[in-house]
Amino acid sequence: MSTPQHQEVDAHTGTATTGHEWDGIRELNTPLPKWWLYILYATIVWSFGYFIVYPSWPLLASHTPGVLGWTSRGAVTADLQSLQVQRAPMLSALDAASFTDIAKDEKLRGFAIAQGRAAFGDNCAPCHGSGGGGSPSFPNLNDDDWLWGATVEDIRQTIAYGVRSGHEQTRVGAPMPAFGQTGMLKPAEISQVSDHVRAMAGLPTEKGYDAALGEKLFSEQCSSCHGDTGKGNIELGAPNLTDKIWLFGSDKASIADGVNRGRGSIMPAWTGRLDDTTIKALAIYVHGLGGGK
Amino acid sequence: MSVKQEQSREAALSAKGVESPLYAERQKVYPQSVQGTFRRLRWAILCATLGVYYLLPFVRWDRGPHAPSQAVLIDMEHRRFYFFFIEIWPQEFYYLTGLLIIASMTLFLMNAVAGRVWCGYLCPQTIWTDLFLLIERLTQGDRRERMQLESGPWTLRRARSFLLKHFLWLMVAWWTGGAWVLYFSDAPKLVADLATFNAPAIAYIWIGILTLTTYFFAGYMREQVCTYMCPWPRIQAALTDEHALNVTYRYDRGEPRASVKKAEASRLAGEPAGDCIDCRQCFNVCPTGVDIRDGLQIDCIQCGLCIDACDNVMAKIGRPSGLIAYDTDERVKARACGQTPPTYQILRPRTILYAAIIAIVGAIMIYALATRSLIGISAIHDRNPVFVTLSDGSIRNAYTIRLLNKELHPRKFSVEVTGLEGALLEIVGAEQGAEGHLVDIGTDQTREVRVLVTAPRNSRHAREDIEFIATDTISGQSARAKDHFIGPEKR
Ligand code: SF4
Ligand code: SF4
Repeated sequence: MSTPQHQEVDAHTGTATTGHEWDGIRELNTPLPKWWLYILYATIVWSFGYFIVYPSWPLLASHTPGVLGWTSRGAVTADLQSLQVQRAPMLSALDAASFTDIAKDEKLRGFAIAQGRAAFGDNCAPCHGSGGGGSPSFPNLNDDDWLWGATVEDIRQTIAYGVRSGHEQTRVGAPMPAFGQTGMLKPAEISQVSDHVRAMAGLPTEKGYDAALGEKLFSEQCSSCHGDTGKGNIELGAPNLTDKIWLFGSDKASIADGVNRGRGSIMPAWTGRLDDTTIKALAIYVHGLGGGK
Repeated sequence: MSVKQEQSREAALSAKGVESPLYAERQKVYPQSVQGTFRRLRWAILCATLGVYYLLPFVRWDRGPHAPSQAVLIDMEHRRFYFFFIEIWPQEFYYLTGLLIIASMTLFLMNAVAGRVWCGYLCPQTIWTDLFLLIERLTQGDRRERMQLESGPWTLRRARSFLLKHFLWLMVAWWTGGAWVLYFSDAPKLVADLATFNAPAIAYIWIGILTLTTYFFAGYMREQVCTYMCPWPRIQAALTDEHALNVTYRYDRGEPRASVKKAEASRLAGEPAGDCIDCRQCFNVCPTGVDIRDGLQIDCIQCGLCIDACDNVMAKIGRPSGLIAYDTDERVKARACGQTPPTYQILRPRTILYAAIIAIVGAIMIYALATRSLIGISAIHDRNPVFVTLSDGSIRNAYTIRLLNKELHPRKFSVEVTGLEGALLEIVGAEQGAEGHLVDIGTDQTREVRVLVTAPRNSRHAREDIEFIATDTISGQSARAKDHFIGPEKR
């Protein structure tokens, strides 16, 4: 270790200075123990170990791989695999148990909900919202109005095969025809039938609404799917028009738009994309949001 | 000594260290053994603290069949901390804040009263170093013998004592690491598992790590830890003042130094003569290699051993004891200038302030512990959807509610909601009996449930304050959580 060239003693502390001075402030030289310096050298040597063991130096197209062959992608894969192993017993229990058994088993139900919540966030949230809150034309999964059935088995089936998805087991129901665009109803009739729908739901109607005409048009064109009283039909996915839940809005313009252009939302079939256990977990999660029966 | 002499002494001190390199070679310290009051006090503290450390994990404390029966246990797996009658959950870690405030204030108080009491008597680094020095002395002899041994050739005797010393050091270090892991698991079971090699790998790893750190810190690093690695010497150097007791060489009495004979002659001739005979006993016994006669220094841990050493010398030469003693700077300075020293004041604004803070924080903690609730509830409102319109037009809000049972047996809580007219509560997946909505919660556990609150739609504001109440069906203890019920904007 070199001795600083220019050494002065600081009168106040009696300590030698390093000779460095900034605006009259001089740096005292309190010697560091040598072992401290050796630790610095040791860490430098240690870093060479890293060069050898881990990927380090960039090459033209890639980098030195390191003797361990470690990659961050590999580390993630290994993490995921160990998670799979950890979850395997619960997953197979979930697979084997019936919905009734799962409802009784607090632990299994909690596991299914956790799995379902994660799968929902990854796959369903883009349309239905992060908590299943829905948006116009994408149903709210928290309420008590279900187009295709509210039991956990109904929900599982809808998730697995979709709605008008093209899957052979899909939920079928002829989409609502475009009454206006195809000329089945004239604009004045659309106005009458829209008012009639609002009247059935207990909502105020516009001036010029002829109840008899409205009812006649409804029973001719609409009742085959929505029923005579507008209560809907789960078999066909025809919504109940008398309740307070409106997928496309309850104002007259929205209703008239539906009659004019028709409706017929599509939901993809998830079987084949998600495994059966995940679909089961999703069904339990969605059922537990609050609307399930 | 006059003021002038005092100044010249300071100037003489400042002449030291002109030849100072950037990096210093370590000066090995060979502390000599010593007998006396402070040595006895330190042995007693060493036995007491090590006894507590090694044996505490084996102390039992009955908490009933559902909780561990170890008096002091840090249960990482279940995230619980047990200390005799106290049990702490992770979210109650603020107790640790209180403990840390008390700990730091106690350090400050010690410092304001009598200097580095912590460093000299209580710090693990000091205690284990002391223990390792004892082993060193038993296997390789006292200061002089050790110095001779180390500067001499490798004889059979040197090799034997060397091996024995390191073997004993490693045994102590190993026990130290072994005791450490016992605080994290049921001690008797873990000892059996460790002995039969059935303990988890992490236990062996920690024992290994602590064996090595103990061995190196107490065997090799010693005073280097205090001087270079520990922040406390710096902090205490900034905290101490001229009113605090410190291990002090009373230079007013010691200077000028002279041999016994010369001093006697000077005294007869009426010339100034100090009591210090420059025998360097104080330096020889010092575990950090400090000459206390140079004044208070950052390296001095204030163990008091130089007091014992000097008192023994003074007794031998027939001079009064206390040439090195606990004293304050202002008293020494006053005597040096020929004035009557002020009496030492233990009650000073600083000490009173520190003691008051300790008392206040301690009282708050005792109150918080005594009134610690054994039931808890917290609620989170669903973010999507914020509210749901049901087919009959009523409005429903959903909440995630977490219930806490800190009792050491399973309990049943009823959950209700208040503050909302016509509100109906439903717990998804829980029973609903005559007593209301009941939720079972296991011993010392939490449980999360999904709660739906439904109310008829009316002209109320879009946001109302509500409260959830959890009540223990047996003891009647209850806890409340505030939240909101949100509906469509009023039109
Ligand atoms: S100078 Fe005295 S009190 Fe300070 S560490 Fe050395 S022996 Fe202990
Ligand atoms: S032990 Fe006492 S007499 Fe001896 S050198 Fe130290 S201060 Fe002086």
